[in-house]
Amino acid sequence: MITVKNIYKSFNGAMVLEDISVTFEKGKTNLIIGRSGSGKTVLMKCIVGLHEVDKGSIFFDDRDFVSLDFMNRKNLRREIGMLFQGSALFDSLTVEENVMFPLTMFTEMTPDEKRERVNICLKRVNLADVNKLYPGELSGGMKKRVAIARAIVQNPKYLFCDEPNSGLDPKTALVIDDLISEITHEYNITTVVNTHDMNSVMEIGEKVVFIHEGRKGWEGTREEILDTGDENLNDFVFASNFAKKIKALTSGNITE
Amino acid sequence: MKFFALFGRYIILLSRVFSKPEKSRIYLRQIIKEIEILGLNSIGIVILISIFIGAVITLQTRYNLESSWIPLYLIGLTARDTILLEFSSTMVGLILAGKVGSNIASEIGHMRITEQIDALEMMGINSASYLIFPKIIAAMLFNPFLTLISMGVGIFGGWLAAVVTGALSSADYIYGIQYLFVPFYITYALVKTVVYAFIITSVSAFYGYYVQGGALEVGRASTRGVVYSSILILLADLVITQLMLA
Repeated sequence: MITVKNIYKSFNGAMVLEDISVTFEKGKTNLIIGRSGSGKTVLMKCIVGLHEVDKGSIFFDDRDFVSLDFMNRKNLRREIGMLFQGSALFDSLTVEENVMFPLTMFTEMTPDEKRERVNICLKRVNLADVNKLYPGELSGGMKKRVAIARAIVQNPKYLFCDEPNSGLDPKTALVIDDLISEITHEYNITTVVNTHDMNSVMEIGEKVVFIHEGRKGWEGTREEILDTGDENLNDFVFASNFAKKIKALTSGNITE
Repeated sequence: MKFFALFGRYIILLSRVFSKPEKSRIYLRQIIKEIEILGLNSIGIVILISIFIGAVITLQTRYNLESSWIPLYLIGLTARDTILLEFSSTMVGLILAGKVGSNIASEIGHMRITEQIDALEMMGINSASYLIFPKIIAAMLFNPFLTLISMGVGIFGGWLAAVVTGALSSADYIYGIQYLFVPFYITYALVKTVVYAFIITSVSAFYGYYVQGGALEVGRASTRGVVYSSILILLADLVITQLMLA
């Protein structure tokens, strides 16, 4: 479980996050949603320590990440897997070397043991015969899956996914969403997904936090999100014409 | 004020670069890899430039010493000292600042904007140390060899030009390059090379590491890395010369 308590973050005097408190539950896919520029990526980067918060606390179970020293932070980060928006695979390494990288850096496993673990993780994300390929030879969806394999190779306790569906077609996006959800339940980890994709929200969002202009606008489940009465959230959820028509259909107000 | 902020940031980065590595064995492997990328791959350009510059120095010296009072072997001596004292260390340093410096800044800058550096940090790896330390050590270890190669090839280029154009005889040139030879000049050149290697790699890596934005900014960082490395090389040349030769 990850608990964020009253965090504030500003850049050059401009407040980006203001008094955000939220709990991300273990064994669930927790979604942070919001418009572009609302502060959700900054929030995620603050939680994992890529940005320092101005004020507030972030607890990974009972450990306050903000007050940890450099070495303890490094140790805690080894319990975190992260899927970046652009996959962030190392260009100069093959798929196998990319997934193997954390094992090479932090374990004393033999090459055969590492290769076996890599193959398990690649199989788990439904990739085969790609071990010797370089990231430049993979499609967007395959890159994401390799990045997920790398994120889970050390059995993390926490998984963070920043815009996992960006740049993917709807069908591939669905595959990635399902994979994240399955891994969360299978490994019983705390997963936090940053997205503005409403399909993802309805597909895997067991807990949803809506960020609006740097503040927490709403918090609830995907079942509750359609009937909140929150104007900003409704603007976001029903932003597309397609969603507006569905809403009109379900409420009986359709005129066309 | 901006200069001090920049310098402070550079020092902080260096303190991270030289902190204890996660796994020494991995760093050793990285150093060998960087020796190939930064060092071995530069041999070609160093040989090409050195042979031409050696030839040009010889021909220009011959052109400027058109006097029957001056013995011709002094042309060999002048070419040798120019190559040993300045060309093979400083000129090659400036050339490597362009080739290696831009390579380092753009590689690390690209890793920054594609979040590969964030990915390293998230794994609990000291990204500054993992990426920059092997480059600095590889260049400091291998660049002296490049300088020695440049010295040999430059002097050979001078001999080739002398013989082919008939500017002076082979015997005069060979006598000249042996005449009043000061071995300390080689030590002086190698000390400069090691300092330049540190400047080129650390300054270029600094500009690449703190890139913000996209491809355009990576290009700018690469240019800045080369320009500031070159300026610092010239400044270091002045200081080391004063300390070691004055």
